Amino acid sequence: MSATNLKLSESLAARIRAHGVETYPHECCGALLGRDGEAGAPRLVSDLLPLANRRDDSPRNRFELTPDDVRLAEKAARDKGIELLGWYHSHPDAPARPSEYDRDHAWPWYSYIIVSVQKGEPRDMTSWRLQDDRTGYDPEAIEISV
Amino acid sequence: MGVKVIIPTPLRAYAGKQESVEVQGATVGEALTALTAKFGDLKKHLYTEDGRLRSFVNVYVNDEDIRFLQKDQTGLREGDTISIIPSIAGGA
Repeated sequence: MSATNLKLSESLAARIRAHGVETYPHECCGALLGRDGEAGAPRLVSDLLPLANRRDDSPRNRFELTPDDVRLAEKAARDKGIELLGWYHSHPDAPARPSEYDRDHAWPWYSYIIVSVQKGEPRDMTSWRLQDDRTGYDPEAIEISV
Repeated sequence: MGVKVIIPTPLRAYAGKQESVEVQGATVGEALTALTAKFGDLKKHLYTEDGRLRSFVNVYVNDEDIRFLQKDQTGLREGDTISIIPSIAGGA
C-alpha cells in the first residue's frame, strides 16, 4: 500500500491528547470522522466522537468498543454527511506504537491514531493503517493544521 | 436462499468495492463461505488461520447477533440481510 496522510486540526489533536490525559492511567478511545482522500490526497479528520472504554477488567492496557458503539459512530458520521474513518486510543505509559494485540484486532482501511500518555502527560501521537496481509502496520503521516 | 451481505466500508476494497453482495446459503455459515469463495481476500479479515470467525468480528442476521441465535448454523430465509460489524479493540 502506498503511503497515506491524515490531516487534522490542532484543536482536534488537542482533544485527543486531553482525552488521554483525562482517562489516564486508563486507555481512552473514540472515533475519527471526516472525509477520505481520493487518489492519494490526505484523509481529513473533521470531527471526533469520544467513547467510553468498555474494558473494565484491564483498562490500563486494553480498550474495547462494542458493535453498538461502532454503529453509533457510523450514524454520527452519516448524520453529518461524512465518514467513519477510524479510531483513536491512548497508550498509558507506553509508546505510541501499535501492539501485537492491536494488530490482531484491526482491519485495513481504518486509520488508528495512538497517543502516548507518560505519567499523565501527552507525548507522541502517531497514526497507522493495517497492511492488507495483516502482517504489520504502515505508519500514516499526521499533518496537524492550525 | 438468496441473501444480502452488507460489506463494512473497510472491507469493500476486498469485495469489488461493493456496498453489498448477494449470495446463496441456507445458513449463515454457508452464506459467508459463499462470500469468501467469491472474494478470497476478505477471508483473512473475517476468519483466523484455523478458520474461526475473528473474535472482534460480529455477524448479524436482520440485526440479531448470531451468537444469540445458532451461530454459523443460523438458518436464513430468502431476502435476509447479513451485517458484519466489528468490535474495536486494542491496547498497549
